[in-house]
Amino acid sequence: MALLQIAEPGLAAAPHQHRLAVGIDLGTTNSLVATVASGMAKALADESGHILLPSVVHYGETEMVVGREARAGQADDPLNTIASVKRLMGRALADADESMRSHYLLSDGPGMVGIETRAGRKTPVEVSADILRNLRERAEASLGGELTGVVITVPAYFDDAQRQATKDAARLAGLNVLRLLNEPTAAAIAYGLDNAAEGIFAVYDLGGGTFDISILKLTRGVFEVLATNGDPALGGDDFDQCLADWLKAQASLPDDMPVEDRRRLLALARSVKESLSGQEQVVATCSFSNNLSIQVPVSRTLFSELTADLVARSLRPVRKALRDANLGAEDIKGVVMVGGSTRMPHVQTAVEKLFGTAPLNNLDPDQVVALGAAMQADVLAGNRKSDSEADWLLLDVCPLSLGLETMGGLVEKIVPRNSTIPTARAQDFTTYKDGQTAMSVHVVQGEREIVSECRSLARFTLRGIPPMVAGAARIRVTFQIDADGLLSVTAREQTSGVEAHVEVKPSYGLGDGEVARMLLDAYGTGEIDAATRMLREAQVEARRLIDATEAALATDGAALLAPPEREVLQTAIYALAELLETDEGDTRKIRAATDALNLASADFAARRMDASIKRALAGRSLETL
Amino acid sequence: MSVTVTEKAARHILKTLDKRGKGVGLRLAVKTSGCSGMAYALEFADESQPEDLIFECAGVKLLVDPRSLPYLEGTELDFVREGLNEGFKFNNPNAKAECGCGESFAV
Repeated sequence: MALLQIAEPGLAAAPHQHRLAVGIDLGTTNSLVATVASGMAKALADESGHILLPSVVHYGETEMVVGREARAGQADDPLNTIASVKRLMGRALADADESMRSHYLLSDGPGMVGIETRAGRKTPVEVSADILRNLRERAEASLGGELTGVVITVPAYFDDAQRQATKDAARLAGLNVLRLLNEPTAAAIAYGLDNAAEGIFAVYDLGGGTFDISILKLTRGVFEVLATNGDPALGGDDFDQCLADWLKAQASLPDDMPVEDRRRLLALARSVKESLSGQEQVVATCSFSNNLSIQVPVSRTLFSELTADLVARSLRPVRKALRDANLGAEDIKGVVMVGGSTRMPHVQTAVEKLFGTAPLNNLDPDQVVALGAAMQADVLAGNRKSDSEADWLLLDVCPLSLGLETMGGLVEKIVPRNSTIPTARAQDFTTYKDGQTAMSVHVVQGEREIVSECRSLARFTLRGIPPMVAGAARIRVTFQIDADGLLSVTAREQTSGVEAHVEVKPSYGLGDGEVARMLLDAYGTGEIDAATRMLREAQVEARRLIDATEAALATDGAALLAPPEREVLQTAIYALAELLETDEGDTRKIRAATDALNLASADFAARRMDASIKRALAGRSLETL
Repeated sequence: MSVTVTEKAARHILKTLDKRGKGVGLRLAVKTSGCSGMAYALEFADESQPEDLIFECAGVKLLVDPRSLPYLEGTELDFVREGLNEGFKFNNPNAKAECGCGESFAV
C-alpha cells in the first residue's frame, strides 16, 4: 500500500503519476541520496539511520559489501577494498592518481584503468555502479517504488570522459540519468531556493577528494554560473595524508610499513582531523603490527599550521575564478560552504578572510549537494508544474574551451571556456589545397593554442567535398553541447550539403594530462603560445604561397615568363622552401622570404591577370561589353 | 460528521507546515481518477474557501470541500512507517475496495 505525501496546493499528482526521482551525490569519500517529499528535500537514511554511505566497496571471498562495513574492513584487506574510486573515473593508467597507484594493483585496460581484485578486474565504472546500486536500493526501499530517474552530481571540473564514465556507471546500476549536474550548482539550488537569495555567490566545495569553486549569479530564482575553477586533486584526503605523515614522523614509524598499517594510520589521522573541528586538542592513539604504537597529542593550532599550505592551495583557484568572472572578492554577496572538509575551522576562517564575509553553512555541508540534486530531479521528472515559482532555469558552463585543429597544428577555439551550456556554436572553414575533397576534423579540449598541448577528444573526416579552388569551399563546423556537458560535432559542406558527424564519447583518458594541469599551464604560457601561433601561421602561409606559385608556373610559366625570369622565381621558391625544410622556427626569416617570393611573383601575377583578361576580351567589340 | 488525524500524523503535519513557513492547514480531497475510481489528494492549504468544512483535530486544521466529504466521512488520517518508507495513510470506512497500490479506492 502506497503511503501518501503532502503536495503543494493544486499539485497533488494523479495516482501512479507521481514519479519517484532522487538526487545522488556520488562523492570521493561519501555518497548519499536525497529526494523531495512533502515539498522538502531530504536525505534518505539506510536501515540503521546513516545518511552518508562511505564510497568504499569491498570484494570479499563470497560477497561484495558497500559502505560502512566495507570501510571497516579496509585495514584488513586493503587490496580488495576500493576507496576514492572517483579519482580514477575516466582515467587511463598513465594519468591515474599517484596515491591510488600506491594503494591498488592497477592495470591498463581498453580505454580505462582497471583495478585487480579478488573478484577479477574491476573498472572504476563498475565500482561506482556498485555504490550507485546500493543507493538505488536504499531509495527504492524508502520511497516504496521504482525510480523514474536520478540526477547525479559531478565536480564542475570533470571533463567529457569523466562525465561519460559517470553516466555509464549509472546505467550499469540500472538508473535512468535525467541529468548530470555540477556539484556547486546543485549546492546553489539547495541554498538559492531555500533562502530565496539574490546576488552573486561563490560556492566553495572542499570535498573528500576534489576542490571546486564556482561563481554563481542568482536572480529571481534563475541562476547562471559565471565561472568555475578548482583542483581535482585537493580534498579532505590530503589533509588526512598530511597529518598522517606528520604523525609517522613524530612516532618514528618506519617508511616501509605494511599496507594495513598505512591504512590504519590514515584512519587515525582522519578521526583526529574530525575531532579537531569540535575540540581544541586531541590525543592520537593507535597500535600497529610489530608492536609499534603511537600516542601523540595534536592541537587545533598545530593542525592548522600543518595544513596551511593545503588551504592556501584552495584559495588560488578561487582568485582565478573571480578573475574569469571579472569580479573582485567584494562583489561576492555570500559564500556557500559545501563538503565535509569545510567543517574545519581554519578553512572557514581562511574563506571568511578572503571574501570578507562569513560563509553560509546553515545546511549540512555533506548533504547540500544531494539536496540540490534531488530538487533538480523532482523538476526534471515532471513532478512540479511549470507555472510554479520553483520553475527555474539552470545555466551551466563548460569548464574548458573546445575547438578544432587547423593547419599547422593550431587550435581554433569554437566554444570558449565558461560558455553557458546547453549551447551550439558554428564557424566556417575552408579548404587549403586546390581540388581538396576531404577534410579531417580533429576536436580538442583545452586552453592552449597548440594541438599537442590540448586533450584530443575525437577525430572524423568529412568526405565528398566537390573539387574547388583552395579557399572556395565553405565548410560549417557546428559544436553542440547538451545539458549534461556532452558534445557533438557536425561538419557540413554548404554547397553540396555533404555532412559528417561525431558524438564525442571520448576515449577514456586518452588525452595527455588532466584538466587542471591544462588550465594552470595556459596561464603561464600565453606568450609562448602566441609566438608559436605566429610561427605556425607564417609557415602555413609560406607553404600556401609556394603551392600557388608552383601551380601557376606549371600552367602559365612557359608562356608568360622568359627563362631568366623563371629562374628568379624558382630561386625565391627554393629559398623559402629551404627555410621551411630546415625548420629553424624563425618567424621573422620566414616572413621575409615569403615577402621576397611575393615580390618576385608580383610581376608574373600581373601578367597572368592581363593574359586572362585578354582571353576574356578577345574577339569582342566594345559595344558587347 | 468528522475527519480526524492521529497524534502521530498531527505531529508530522505541524512540523512540515512549520518548515514550509506558510499555510493555514491541510486539504484533504477526493478526485475521480485512478484505477479504482477515486483517488486521495493531500495538499497544503494556503487559504480556505468559503464552502470548505473545517475540522480541528490535535491542533491541525483539516479542510475538506463539500463534494469530497461524503467519501471521507469518518476517515482517520494516520502517519505510518513501513520499513524505510514513511507517509500518510487514509483509514477510510467508506472504501470498499482499493487498488493494489492503495493510491485509489472505490466506495
